[in-house]
Amino acid sequence: MHLETEVLVIGGGGAGMYAALEAARTGASVVLADRSIVGRGGATVMAQMTVAAALGEQVPDHWEYHLADTLAAGRGLCDARLAAMLCEEGPHRIREMDSWKVGWAREDGHIKQAQAPGHDRPRCVYVDFLSTGPAVSRTLRGRVNAVGGIRRISELAIVDIAVRDGEACGATALHLSTGQIVTIGAKAVVIATGGLTRLYRRNSASANMGGDGYALALRAGAELIDMEFVQFFPIGHLAPRLVGMDPIMWDPFRYKLGGKLLNAEMREFETDYAARDTRSDGRYVLTRDLATYAIFKEVEAGRGSPAGGAYLSFQHVPEAEIRRAFGPVVDRLAANGINLAAQPVEVAPIAHYHMGGVRVDERMCTRVPGLFACGEALGGANGANRLSGNAITEAFVFGARAGQNAAEHALARSNGYSADATRCTVDLLRSASRRDGPNTAATIATLQALMSDKVGPFRTGRTLQAAETALMEITSEIGDRPLAAESPCDPVLVDWLDLRNMLLVARSVTAAALARTESRGAHQREDHPGLDAAWEINQIVSLESGRLRLRRQAPTIDRNAA
Amino acid sequence: MKATLIVHRGVPGEPERTEQFEVAFEPGQSVLDGLRIVRRDIDPTLAFRFACINANACKECMMLIDGKVEYACTSRLKEGLTVLAPLPKKALVRDLVTEIVPPDERL
Ligand SMILES: Cc1cc2nc3c(=O)[nH]c(=O)nc-3n(C[C@H](O)[C@H](O)[C@H](O)COP(=O)(O)OP(=O)(O)OC[C@H]3O[C@@H](n4cnc5c(N)ncnc54)[C@H](O)[C@@H]3O)c2cc1C
Ligand code: FES
Repeated sequence: MHLETEVLVIGGGGAGMYAALEAARTGASVVLADRSIVGRGGATVMAQMTVAAALGEQVPDHWEYHLADTLAAGRGLCDARLAAMLCEEGPHRIREMDSWKVGWAREDGHIKQAQAPGHDRPRCVYVDFLSTGPAVSRTLRGRVNAVGGIRRISELAIVDIAVRDGEACGATALHLSTGQIVTIGAKAVVIATGGLTRLYRRNSASANMGGDGYALALRAGAELIDMEFVQFFPIGHLAPRLVGMDPIMWDPFRYKLGGKLLNAEMREFETDYAARDTRSDGRYVLTRDLATYAIFKEVEAGRGSPAGGAYLSFQHVPEAEIRRAFGPVVDRLAANGINLAAQPVEVAPIAHYHMGGVRVDERMCTRVPGLFACGEALGGANGANRLSGNAITEAFVFGARAGQNAAEHALARSNGYSADATRCTVDLLRSASRRDGPNTAATIATLQALMSDKVGPFRTGRTLQAAETALMEITSEIGDRPLAAESPCDPVLVDWLDLRNMLLVARSVTAAALARTESRGAHQREDHPGLDAAWEINQIVSLESGRLRLRRQAPTIDRNAA
Repeated sequence: MKATLIVHRGVPGEPERTEQFEVAFEPGQSVLDGLRIVRRDIDPTLAFRFACINANACKECMMLIDGKVEYACTSRLKEGLTVLAPLPKKALVRDLVTEIVPPDERL
């Protein structure tokens, strides 16, 4: 089957839906494709709490203050143009969402803004109770359905971007529930596929977050930036098994109720580490990288909890207060056998967000004309570490920008699609076969374990080299023709296509991590502790004749640079 | 502890068929955890739908669990038999996967 559109948006999360809306508003026809169901497959619907924007509703604020915090967290590596855009346009998008009735929590007639680590003042809006992501998704889905000109296609997994004469001209896709191969001609393509945290064993990811967009971009000829910076969320839920709740849910509990992090000796340990960071005042303001470090070090010193993390305790908070703050959530916890007033839970760092991603200019355009990126799929705005609450804001702001710019690009040119541009990938999909091969689901688990053990928050040259070798071995094990079972709805074929992407992306992360011989933000080298001023540099990954290539470039610090 | 999952297999038009899988589990683990273990350790061809795994946010994992419509990610594994079947009022695609995509989002 073949489809034609002016703008193809890949991924229906917050960024993709905003891009589709803005592209349609600019006058282009849009296909919005998601490998899962539009608005449900990625991180956006799972997000539980804060969205950062300098609204000044709670206390006076200015986007320049938000920018200063964002740049400080990024440890010298932010692309100042993107960071400034995020902070300056964030308030506009948050108010636009408000006008679409997303339901930001209010207090005394104004939008309520909460304090979050790394922010200099209360800046984060949310929807009660722990409903930010679902509310955002529902609102955007409603808009996307309501405006004309957007064709939504769920279960359409984009396998490769089509490139002709160096320009993006569409894509090749697999429609999962029918097994059909679909080619799409488009005058502009927007990658809005979200992050890569599914590469890790302990993660907050959905099944669709294996980093497809990074692999799509690389194979299309675009570049990636800052791939070594994977953010680990320090207090991901570890034990007891908690079902039906987001594993990063303890963050809002800490904001509202203050919760204590304890080691096996039941002693608070955060302050031991807070003193080492000049940006910390010793309260619950450990940024994510530092808190991750603190827990790992406690576990390493033999002071971890039984499941291998730390205890998080709310036992000092009266039961009534817990109930007042979290209402129905308390019952969901009780259904999991957890009573916070009586027992601590166990938490550990889990892969949560990716700072790096597709390298774009101030128009969200990659080095491949016609190929744009937005949301978590894009890199650069957050540098070496992201502030909490910046990710959803970035999805809105960059999504809207990418959609508008892609539409303008598309409206100014004629159709450049030709079947030659999709032939290679169509042939690849047609070559899928049932044959003896590894269990693809087990191979993904092996890859995740490998990444956690060797390319996790703490790395050394030795573990990274071992990872490079192991990743190449898995790559040759799965072969270069897809493994398949039976069409349609073939989970083996999907695994194989996922592995094709995950392996390429994992290799990009590993190569960049190995080259960076210092510790900065979310990248911590045990064999190179401490920040090295000479490394105030971005690393850029590309794919040249099938090989990964790494180059260095000074960060863009001039926010008005063209 | 061990759970025995009796799982509907096949595509529309085929005669009704089930397969049985045994999985070791820890208390608190979900039916979805069990199905993912089956794929990883026994049979990667088993098809079921899910996205968010823990958050109960995507609402894609609904199926018939012991005859009741439930989310696989919030139902818990139990010792003994559990019967898993596709949603009864939706068109079958394969195994436990049914057509739940809104009509205007289909190809
Ligand atoms: C559990 C959790 C909680 C979070 N909480 C917060 C928070 O409180 N505040 C905050 O600011 N940030 C939070 N984040 C981060 C934030 O939610 C994400 O960074 C943001 O939502 C990303 O939006 P996105 O649109 O770029 O990607 P996503 O929302 O992840 O959407 C990407 C979409 O692309 C689709 N897709 C992927 N590959 C393909 C392909 N090949 N073909 C077709 N479609 C594809 C996926 O199915 C998915 O629907 C959280 C993240 C998680 C995981
Ligand atoms: S897997 Fe998302 S709701 Fe069950």
